[in-house]
Amino acid sequence: MNRILILAGLASLALCAWVLPLIVSDYVVRLLIMVCINIVLVGSMCLANGFTGVFSLGQVGFVAIGAYVSGILSLSLADKASYLPDLPMFLAHIEMATLPATLIAGLVCAAIAIVVGLPLMRLSGHHVSVATMGFMIIVNVVIINADSFTRGARTFTGVPTDMTLPWVVGWAVLAIFLLARLIYSPIGLALRSVREDVIAAQAVGLPVLGTRLLAFSFGAFLAGVGGSLYGHYLGSFSAQTFFFPLMVSLITMLVLGGMSSLSGVVTGVIVVTALSEMLRNLERGVHLGPVSIPPLFGASQVVLGLLFILVMIYRPRGLFEDREISSVFKRRKQRSNS
Amino acid sequence: MNSLEFTIQQIINAVSLGSLYAMVAVGLSMVFGILKMTNFAHGDMMMTGSYATVLLSALGVPFPIAIVAGIAVSALTGILAERIAYRPVRGAPDVTLLLTSLALTYVLENLAILIFSGSPRSFPTPDWMNEVFAFSDGAITFTSVDIISSTSAILSLLGLGWFVSHTTTGLGMRAAAEDMAAAALVGLDINRLIVIAFAIASGFAGLAGMLWAAQSGIIEPDMGFSPLLKAFVAAIVGGFGSIAGAVLGGYLLGALEILIVGFGPTELSPYRDAIVFALLIVFLLFRPGGIMQANREVKL
Repeated sequence: MNRILILAGLASLALCAWVLPLIVSDYVVRLLIMVCINIVLVGSMCLANGFTGVFSLGQVGFVAIGAYVSGILSLSLADKASYLPDLPMFLAHIEMATLPATLIAGLVCAAIAIVVGLPLMRLSGHHVSVATMGFMIIVNVVIINADSFTRGARTFTGVPTDMTLPWVVGWAVLAIFLLARLIYSPIGLALRSVREDVIAAQAVGLPVLGTRLLAFSFGAFLAGVGGSLYGHYLGSFSAQTFFFPLMVSLITMLVLGGMSSLSGVVTGVIVVTALSEMLRNLERGVHLGPVSIPPLFGASQVVLGLLFILVMIYRPRGLFEDREISSVFKRRKQRSNS
Repeated sequence: MNSLEFTIQQIINAVSLGSLYAMVAVGLSMVFGILKMTNFAHGDMMMTGSYATVLLSALGVPFPIAIVAGIAVSALTGILAERIAYRPVRGAPDVTLLLTSLALTYVLENLAILIFSGSPRSFPTPDWMNEVFAFSDGAITFTSVDIISSTSAILSLLGLGWFVSHTTTGLGMRAAAEDMAAAALVGLDINRLIVIAFAIASGFAGLAGMLWAAQSGIIEPDMGFSPLLKAFVAAIVGGFGSIAGAVLGGYLLGALEILIVGFGPTELSPYRDAIVFALLIVFLLFRPGGIMQANREVKL
């Protein structure tokens, strides 16, 4: 029964994704694509940051690696010859479709995460945050200097822009599905025990480092996938696209909804995206009859930042804390049964 | 070029750069010592003070007064930040504190963009600050700004050292850093100490910001960000929470950067920041207490 419901839900979602672009404007479609990509990206952060309790500030480094790896793999041969003439032979003759390029980007990120995480996941608290931020800065410097792979500080361009709504909806649903399977399984329980009490988790025989590493590298896989999607949505990007501003906006989404709840992740993404779009329209200046407000550049970020601080003060674990929408329904059902 | 003169020139550059890092790192370390808080918004105190100075000197206020007023504005921003954003989350897990300061950075920088626009403005330095001293036919050159920043850094840092070891308030701050609950039990006013720590830390950041602006000639809303990141490294390398460690870390970092740029192979110098942050990670892993402090166990 449950399974049929899920299948029906997925089918209707897919149908929506196909039909929606015919009905609504391009602007709304673009917004929805951004929401879906951000769900993948913020979802990739919630696993380590929320459920395992190692707050990484370096996720955007993996997003950057994902975007560049996938971009290099899927660039057409002609573009490669003109934009990246110094590319090594084994890469210069590859032209991949978006899907395999995205998967490879994710796998590359996961592999890097294992290497980087092996030392870094031993740290806790703000130490791990600062160290992973260092990782992000190192990635940024390397991208800017690895001219023959990334065009250096110049814009990396020519990536096929083939991200349609059905694709990104599919990826977002898949990401949330995989995360839910992982989080609400015995492994997920291990993740949360590591977060709640490291010593107690060690005492019952959990490999703390291994558990954190699993969360970090799976998160990095999703970040790489999300980065690839983002790259294929933008078409051209530079090292600065994947730096502190992106990190802050992803963290705002993560923290607002509640980083140890998947419902919180989705809600955070939708609320922040909707809010910043609305505010951005206001920012351009508004004419309300005789009253006209001049354009206020930066105002939307100020409001979002203040919202972030308010959430930290009044609801530091986010809107959903660690609850899910589904558990609310379950509790109601139990109550009505008893 | 004579290699001795080249070396002297590089030492001058290293001291000048290290002074700026030390002044920013000292504030980070003071706040971390007491609150165990990684303060991302510290760099923006550099920005608020410099904007205040530019604004005041544009209004015709004499430059030295504008500088003092700018430092006061920085200190005031720090106090307000503590009162409005940090005090309500005090005692929360350290990641919550870190995120609050990250959000505050975002607010302050965008507020500056909103008010002053995002484009850089020139920092009007009086002529006596731009005077160039050249020796050995120009092989060794430095400006008054270099002298001013080095001497004011050393003097103010010595003053701070005297303050925390010879005054009741300074000793109280160190006691609070050692054990806040015990300090409160013996009757120290913790809130007052924290406010003073933020005022001093932000004042130092303000002074560093102005010297930074005088050297580069411009100010912009995110001007505090890159020095802040370097100051993080300096503070952690020196020993996060230790004032002497932060100063030492600042000068070491300045020396390291100049060493890479001045003496390393040319292919290495664009990777300067990567090397600096790799050093940060190495220290976090193997000596999280930094140079000045005993190893605290933070690893698994």
